[in-house]
Amino acid sequence: MTEDKRPFLEVRDLRIHFPTDDGLVKSVDGLSFSLERGKTLGIVGESGSGKSVSSMGIMGLHRTTNARVSGEIWLDGDELISASADFVRKLRGRKMAMIFQDPLSSLHPYFKVGAQIIEAYRLYNDVSKKQARQHAIDLLGRVGIPEPSSRVDDYPHQFSGGMRQRAMIAMALACDPELLIADEPTTALDVTVQAEILDLIRDLQQEFGSAVIMITHDLGVIAELADDVLVMYGGKAVEHAPVRELFKAPEHPYTWGLLSSMPRMDRVRAERLLPVPGSPPSLISLPPGCAFSPRCPYDELTDGKALTDVPELLPVPGGTTHSVACHLPHATRRQLWTEEVSPRL
Amino acid sequence: MTAFIARRAVAAVVILALVSFITFAIFFLVPRLAGASADDLASRYVGKTAGAEQVHERAVQLGFTDPVYVQYGDFVKGIFAGRDYDLGGPAPEHCPAPCLGFSFIDQNPVLPDLLDRLPVTLSLAAGAALIWLISGVGVGVLSALRRGTVFDRAAMAVALAGVSLPVFFTGLLALSVFSYTLNIFPPGSSYTPLLENPIQWAYDLILPWVTLAFLYAAGYARLTRAGMLETMNEDYIRTARAKGLPERTVVLKHALRSTLTPVLTIFGLDLGLLVGGAILTESTFSLPGLGSYTVQAISHNDLPKVLGVTLLAATFVVIANLVVDILYAVIDPRVRL
Amino acid sequence: MSDSSEDLLLDVKGLKRHFPVNRGAVLRRQVGAVKAVDGIDFQVRKGETLGLVGESGCGKTTTGRLLTRLDEPTEGSIELEGRDIAHLSRGAMRPLRRDVQMIFQDPYSSLNPRHTVGSIVGAPFRLHKTLPVAKIKPAVQELLQLVGLNPEHYNRYPHEFSGGQRQRIGVARAIALRPKLIIADEPVSALDVSIQAQVINLLEDLQNEFGLTYVVIAHDLSVVRHISDRVAVMYLGKIVEIADRDSLYEQPMHPYTHALLSAVPVPDPDVRTDRERIRLRGETPSPLNPPPGCRFHTRCWKAQEICSVQEPLLAAAAPRHEVACHFPENAPGRRPAAHPIQPAE
Ligand SMILES: Nc1ncnc2c1ncn2[C@@H]1O[C@H](COP(=O)(O)OP(=O)(O)OP(=O)(O)O)[C@@H](O)[C@H]1O
Ligand SMILES: Nc1ncnc2c1ncn2[C@@H]1O[C@H](COP(=O)(O)OP(=O)(O)OP(=O)(O)O)[C@@H](O)[C@H]1O
Ligand code: SF4
Ligand code: SF4
Ligand SMILES: [Mg+2]
Ligand SMILES: [Mg+2]
Repeated sequence: MTEDKRPFLEVRDLRIHFPTDDGLVKSVDGLSFSLERGKTLGIVGESGSGKSVSSMGIMGLHRTTNARVSGEIWLDGDELISASADFVRKLRGRKMAMIFQDPLSSLHPYFKVGAQIIEAYRLYNDVSKKQARQHAIDLLGRVGIPEPSSRVDDYPHQFSGGMRQRAMIAMALACDPELLIADEPTTALDVTVQAEILDLIRDLQQEFGSAVIMITHDLGVIAELADDVLVMYGGKAVEHAPVRELFKAPEHPYTWGLLSSMPRMDRVRAERLLPVPGSPPSLISLPPGCAFSPRCPYDELTDGKALTDVPELLPVPGGTTHSVACHLPHATRRQLWTEEVSPRL
Repeated sequence: MTAFIARRAVAAVVILALVSFITFAIFFLVPRLAGASADDLASRYVGKTAGAEQVHERAVQLGFTDPVYVQYGDFVKGIFAGRDYDLGGPAPEHCPAPCLGFSFIDQNPVLPDLLDRLPVTLSLAAGAALIWLISGVGVGVLSALRRGTVFDRAAMAVALAGVSLPVFFTGLLALSVFSYTLNIFPPGSSYTPLLENPIQWAYDLILPWVTLAFLYAAGYARLTRAGMLETMNEDYIRTARAKGLPERTVVLKHALRSTLTPVLTIFGLDLGLLVGGAILTESTFSLPGLGSYTVQAISHNDLPKVLGVTLLAATFVVIANLVVDILYAVIDPRVRL
Repeated sequence: MSDSSEDLLLDVKGLKRHFPVNRGAVLRRQVGAVKAVDGIDFQVRKGETLGLVGESGCGKTTTGRLLTRLDEPTEGSIELEGRDIAHLSRGAMRPLRRDVQMIFQDPYSSLNPRHTVGSIVGAPFRLHKTLPVAKIKPAVQELLQLVGLNPEHYNRYPHEFSGGQRQRIGVARAIALRPKLIIADEPVSALDVSIQAQVINLLEDLQNEFGLTYVVIAHDLSVVRHISDRVAVMYLGKIVEIADRDSLYEQPMHPYTHALLSAVPVPDPDVRTDRERIRLRGETPSPLNPPPGCRFHTRCWKAQEICSVQEPLLAAAAPRHEVACHFPENAPGRRPAAHPIQPAE
């Protein structure tokens, strides 16, 4: 692959391991994906499947922890894992920015909201305090804070949950980042506020053509916003598909489990929900073979391969950008989905 | 903010009134309740050979024969309006407000004595506080950032020693090394007022400062290190990094600010309690400060002096806490309510 | 109401809870009150599930705490099988406590970490002395089995369990004394999607088996749709709409309900484009100072003059469908006088 044909963001075989007293926690273990400008990648998955850890890995935020990071992260032609700490630091805020999950704890309680935005802006823009302040007010107005010119001097605790999240977004957008990572930006919010935040992210993306990674456990948010979807389980991607295909023709048994355990807003399910049985795996000693096998209803159909070999993420025959990590033959998966799983949804 | 300060100031005055009353009660009321007569109390302040009559005369003179509330009333009146004392001389001695009374032993007015010695103790305390705050917080921050390194381990070992070694031990050690052996610093008992010769002032006080500061700096280093380690794991530190701020800004601006809040609370308490630390340090270095004054007063049962020192110390505790409360509100906006 | 009082389990009338707000350091005086719950009426029939939804801070949890009498109402009555428990003293309430149980949101903090599962689940038996000590252990083990845990877990501690398992422990404790009414405050919102369905199914199974009655508080409208028979929507301390589930989801009458439903992202990428979403303006007003008239009028796109003057009362607009709005939607031919005055012809 030549340099200029590389996607805007390409993650290759990313591994992030934490040595702990109990053993090596393999939070992310061989994750690969890519993303173009102007597109949104949704990441869904079990709690603890490595969604946050991998996105912080892209931001280079594990450099100050004891994490062992390997693999490659290419952002707009630069490889970040082998780059110097200072090089990556200077990309943060300007080239890539992140919105964190918990807006109250992610804002500094002792500094005014405006000051925190101004700080981010002035880091890369040589402007006077007054200009920066005006920019902060504009940003707060853009993200829908009423009376931004007076709220700019409020402290985070004087904001409601939704306003704090908007302030976080304003801060992340201060320098018009080209890659925006949103880690469950709406989990703590009411649906009405969530809807506004999603609108906001969509609008901004259209305006600046940024690439967006949207991490969530809400498949509704994914359906609403994503172009492509990455499903993670046990530190790996188990399925990667365009959003329509993920909902209309999902291939991985865990994705099926997600879809069938989800109560639906738009219709009443005649029967019971079909939960994924069991509980999520330990990341210290993942089950051998397919990490999902202890909870997978179809693991016997793979002639025991699921218990010994780790399935690779491989393209689905016929599909162009749809890939899945499962030993089941494609035909079997199609048959299971159409005959067994989808009728129950 | 103004309302906040006003509220705290009112509370401070109430506390001072309470302290004066309780101290008074401990020294004047409790012995009476325990059955001691006015004469029994007065007998301590006359010569060993004095007869019963002389003792009684002294009791009247010291006011012990009045009911306790009258005595307290007189004492308070003295503070606000001044008061006349019969010291056995031809005319009553006038003591202008604010008056803390006369020593039972040497008949000197208490307040001028206190004010005389105050600069020594203040110099000692202020200098030491500055040193321990800067070095303690500095070492704590560095230790936290270099957790697990040789620096961290060494600093924490020294800090442990600092917390556990008594002042007179480290003081004597410092004296023997720096004054007696190396002859760099004076061996104490010298004090030069700041305005007279600042350099000499600092030079004279360096050993006492360092000795006193060592005791506290150790604790502050540990406190800061623990606070810093906790703060560095906060989500908002991650946010600061995600903005692209250089690590130095992250640490010095974002992390330190939060870490300082608990440190400041302890600092307020310590400043107030410093008198305790100062007594030992002043004795070790024979400095003519409030500490040695207190030791004398207590050993002679000189109640007006003890009362005076207690009130003065309480005033410092209250003021220190007031200042800390205000600083607290400045640092942490959530406190301002 | 048309319901015969026979099968009515819970009848709440005019329930209020105002939290006084005090000012002043020395002389504390009441300067106002947070009107967390401000006059609500509803009924729950035996064996039914009532879902309680609404934005954060609208008073759902406070209502739950009043129903279980963890808190005393400022005004109003709570009739449980015809007996008013709203102002019973602690002593008088005690024998009734076994009839009303609560399941809490946080499966992590609501279980005492120093007690074994056996002692947590067995606590109600010991407290109410309903069983001889020797019979407690077998009873607890039976309960554990019932909620899908292993009876051998009797001597283990909460931290040894996953989130879903802990929530099962909470459920086991709540049903130990076969209560008549269970209040579940956000029972699944802390759980993973794949685990959430397990707990929802468990709650449904137990209801079928023991004829339990539930009041389920949740902000997830899909979960509420799945598990409720009737749904009440709260806004700023008031119930603005209460109806049978399908009626409410398919024909919402209150503008706020409509906005709320339209904001929920639907997990279907095809719906994305042709979906109209109602955007609410502004923030939720403070419960300290709710707007006069209809509380929703500051954000309502249908508001007329009368809305800010006269408070609309909760009234039946269709069979088993009550709404508090002067101009309800989906309610043709109702209360013509309440409609905006037509220009004379
Ligand atoms: N510093 C660390 N040391 C050890 N383990 C860690 C560390 N940080 C994260 N982990 C572990 O890595 C795993 C993945 O965590 P991560 O936060 O990425 O999950 P997630 O997919 O974002 O889940 P959620 O949906 O709950 O946010 C978890 O099991 C977590 O316990
Ligand atoms: N003890 C209390 N003192 C004062 N105000 C309170 C108290 N408890 C709750 N409130 C206020 O009452 C209102 C309703 O709170 P409640 O917890 O019932 O809301 P909720 O609907 O459960 O919200 P959420 O969805 O966020 O849990 C809020 O404004 C809250 O701040
Ligand atoms: S590889 Fe086997 S166990 Fe894993 S998801 Fe596929 S069928 Fe299930
Ligand atoms: S009463 Fe008026 S303001 Fe209130 S919801 Fe109905 S239309 Fe809107
Ligand atoms: Mg996460
Ligand atoms: Mg609540």
